[in-house]
Amino acid sequence: MGESLSQIFIGALLTNNFVLAMFLGLCPFLGVSGRLGTALPMGLATGFVMLVASICAYALNLVLSAFHLDFLRLISYIVVIASSVQLVEMVMKKYSPTLFRAMGIYLPLITTNCAILGVALFQTARDYDFPQSLAFSTGAGAGFTLALVLMASLRERLQLANVPTVVQGTALSLILAGLLSLTFMGFAGLGGGE
Amino acid sequence: MSLKKETDDGITFDTFMEGIWRQNPVFVMVLGMCPTLAVTVSAVNALSMGIATLFVLVSSCLLVSLIRNLVPKEVRIATYIVIIATFVTLVDYIIQAVSLSLYEALGAFIQLIVVNCIVLGRAEAHASRNPPLKAVLNALGMGIGFTIGLLALGATREILGAGKLFGFSLFGDHFQPWVVMVLPPGGFFVLGAWLLLFSFMRSRSEKGAQHG
Repeated sequence: MGESLSQIFIGALLTNNFVLAMFLGLCPFLGVSGRLGTALPMGLATGFVMLVASICAYALNLVLSAFHLDFLRLISYIVVIASSVQLVEMVMKKYSPTLFRAMGIYLPLITTNCAILGVALFQTARDYDFPQSLAFSTGAGAGFTLALVLMASLRERLQLANVPTVVQGTALSLILAGLLSLTFMGFAGLGGGE
Repeated sequence: MSLKKETDDGITFDTFMEGIWRQNPVFVMVLGMCPTLAVTVSAVNALSMGIATLFVLVSSCLLVSLIRNLVPKEVRIATYIVIIATFVTLVDYIIQAVSLSLYEALGAFIQLIVVNCIVLGRAEAHASRNPPLKAVLNALGMGIGFTIGLLALGATREILGAGKLFGFSLFGDHFQPWVVMVLPPGGFFVLGAWLLLFSFMRSRSEKGAQHG
């Protein structure tokens, strides 16, 4: 509590980046980051779902705490997230079928993206009020997109490089992500975080 | 309809061993990595997270397998998610009751077991098509494989980053801790290194098979 909105935003965007510092949303991070063309829309879609989920979670939490039904929190969050993913999927299928096909299985998998449930759970755990929750979820969404785009650009470059066969694949991506995470640690202290 | 088809190859030892070795969720399938990397700063955290996931995995697979013929195909994913979420809430409250310090160390990551791909993946791919006993055995193997993977990561990171194992100091006072290993980048590096080792061993054994 007592954090300003900009502190929360920058904290979620850079210092405590969801992917690189808190390891949330790694499956799409490693799965979709092969090409820049799919990474950006995927990031934006996830960011949008995060925002919707965060607003719904805030409202839900008010209702649940009013009736002392805290133990239902997890289940109701999951249901809300699943329905908003369904919404995004329908909109995208209607307006951009090519993109819809390019994302493939990863679009419905946003439901099981830890980053989204993470946003909802962390904002509840930290007792954020409504503007704070909004700042937190936009920051988290932007941070996720940033990490995804950075990683996709790096991996596109890496395809041209000559790497030993043993290293290729997930191991290389993980070490790359580690280096990226190391650079993000340079932001520690920005925004007056811990 | 093919989804409901039962695989009738019976229960073999492989049903159990599959998850531990050949399809190890951490090292071979690289699934469920969010909790894997976030909580493995120490061996104790890693072990408790592994056991919590094991419990959720086994009990939800049992339930999914028991009701596999009652659930309509269209709503099966939603049903599985609700079942999993129920067991996770249970685990969350149990850990809170047993050890508050552990609960604070793991934080929101216990609740995030809900979105662990391994659990939903097992429920959908195995438990929904197999009789209870087989489903439970398979889930048990997967859970143990996951725990072993977590423990390997957690122990490596704790030894390198703090010079300890399960909280006991290993090297005495002169050890200069490699702090980056317990920080987020270390998680990526250690998992990357383990995967590297496995892929190196695999390519060695393939070469050996060609020459032999």
